Amino acid sequence: MPDNKTLRDMHYQLVRIRLFEETIQKVYFEGKTPAFDIAAGTVPGEMHLAAGQEPVAVGVAAHLRPSDAVTATHRPHHIALAHGMDIRKLAAEIFGKETGLGHGKGGHMHLFDPATNFGCSGIIAEGMPTAVGHALAFKKQGRDDIAVSFFGEGAANQGAFHESLNLAALWRLGVVFVCEDNAWAISVPKDKATAIANNSDRAAAYGIPGVLVPDNDPVAIYEAAGEAVSRARRGGGPSLIEVKTDRLFGHFEGDAQAYRTPQELALLQERDAIRAFERRLIESADLTAKDAQDAWERARTEVDDAIDFARSSPYPEPSAALQHVFA
Amino acid sequence: MAIETKRLLTTSRAISEGIAQEMERDPSVFVMGEDIGTYGGIFGATEGLLAKFGPERVMDTPISETAFIGAAVGAAISGMRPIAELMFVDFFGVCMDQIYNHMAKIHYESGGNVKVPIVVTTAIGGGYGDGAQHSQTLYGTFAHLPGMKVVVPSTPYDAKGLMISAIRDDNPVVYMFHKGIMGLGWMTPNPRATAHVPEEPYAIPIGKADVKREGRDLTIVTVSLMVHRALDAAVDLATEGIDAEVLDLRSIVPLDREAILASVAKTHRLLVVDEDYRSFGMSGEVITTVIEGAFDHLDAPPVRLAYPDVPIPYSRPLEQFCLPSSDKIAAAARQLMGR
Repeated sequence: MPDNKTLRDMHYQLVRIRLFEETIQKVYFEGKTPAFDIAAGTVPGEMHLAAGQEPVAVGVAAHLRPSDAVTATHRPHHIALAHGMDIRKLAAEIFGKETGLGHGKGGHMHLFDPATNFGCSGIIAEGMPTAVGHALAFKKQGRDDIAVSFFGEGAANQGAFHESLNLAALWRLGVVFVCEDNAWAISVPKDKATAIANNSDRAAAYGIPGVLVPDNDPVAIYEAAGEAVSRARRGGGPSLIEVKTDRLFGHFEGDAQAYRTPQELALLQERDAIRAFERRLIESADLTAKDAQDAWERARTEVDDAIDFARSSPYPEPSAALQHVFA
Repeated sequence: MAIETKRLLTTSRAISEGIAQEMERDPSVFVMGEDIGTYGGIFGATEGLLAKFGPERVMDTPISETAFIGAAVGAAISGMRPIAELMFVDFFGVCMDQIYNHMAKIHYESGGNVKVPIVVTTAIGGGYGDGAQHSQTLYGTFAHLPGMKVVVPSTPYDAKGLMISAIRDDNPVVYMFHKGIMGLGWMTPNPRATAHVPEEPYAIPIGKADVKREGRDLTIVTVSLMVHRALDAAVDLATEGIDAEVLDLRSIVPLDREAILASVAKTHRLLVVDEDYRSFGMSGEVITTVIEGAFDHLDAPPVRLAYPDVPIPYSRPLEQFCLPSSDKIAAAARQLMGR
């Protein structure tokens, strides 16, 4: 069980990530209404938000340090923020600004942060082999840093998933593979894509521990991740953690989600993990109602500052597009 | 270049010596790939490394191209300098995502903040009846996708110096060696696949072409095994009074356009020989370079001799019909000279 300080930190992380995502959602539609034009407005391109999945990122990241490598998916903001990415640089990158993480060259699906050894990929499952490589480097360098690879349940059907688990297990590398099972690969439900109910069972095929966290509870995730992270750090090899989580929004912003029923969507909102966690903390007296409110307000200020920073930052010089092909 | 001794090495030994010297110099360099340990690489490029450096630095991998090429990407980002061998270039499709979406793009996507110093080595080329999935050349495919350098040596001397440069380079480098230049015992001997190679480490800059034969009458631009085919053709042509210059590009990316232009400005005629597929590839790029930069110097339309746009056939007469050869190069040169 996390101590009180950790619980409060986790609560704040959850809150700021949620507010960040909700704010990006609003900003994303600026200039895109009434007629939706993906290239128009403040934020171009596709936008994949992770509202609902924050507990996974926060529960795992509570055990990490900045020198640990993290690879994420095309839905990366919650993981990036939980791992300590500068929120202003993240916002500016999403806006395509010069002050962004990659000076606007990467965009929201391609975030790379040397300060937190964070990377992500717009291609399903393809962040997994990279995580194996980070862990391989740490082993060779004699460091006790580890690598964590977040991926969705859809990725578990890709070759890269299986190859990565095998290689990490074979070489006994410090990798924690974290499956965010939100039950939907864009519009295809998991039971139409995966022959087994739990991807954590697949760990057995590689001789590594597989742990199922059946609910989207930050504390349960924290506990499971704690074991996997310490095993990886002490040279005990990789683990696979699967969390049944929720994707509250569509696959991308603008996705009408016709493949989900209104009842399902309403139920998702009702069982929102952050509100549930907050209620529990208040009931257990780990947090007062006033503390909770303060957290939301403090996070609001932090998020607004980041968005203002992104908004007021300049765009890169167009000709900068030609730089950074080679080092 | 200090030539103290006349020690002869095959291209494969020259490559493994270059790797070994860099591994000695820099502890962050390591090698992984399919059959690169005990076997020494199917084409001999890692021979002797396992015995010298042990299994921690010379790692045989499972046949899991996506995992180990991706692992090279992650290891490079975290401070290592991996060399990953992926046996045949024909196999790159199984992990192409790690190559062109990750290895080649992360530096750019990061706005220059992340470096990905990897060398991916692989074998190219046909001519020995290995069929459509084991004989392709494909350097044009990688050259077309920005973000990785593409090195294609032709001689033992170049192979070592370019390998040392590739390892020291902060960028991903695809290092493609033709099976026919390696000096393998089980291939038709190529007399120039064994040559003098200095023992000390030396670096040949990536992106500098090399005039392998000076000539006045036409420029033959090519790479890798076709350099040797062109040199053989030049010997025949010389007996007919045609003096061919043979320009070995040595790397496709960066492309030494200045060297191409300078040579054509001298000879006024251009023949490009390309073992890669004809369309949308190196031959078109070289010719376009000359059209854009030295059009007024041309006395005749450029000619290209390339692999036709068909998969590589297995049967010997079919494959030989498709491949450029020294006879075909000589014939193309005569055509270019109006003879």
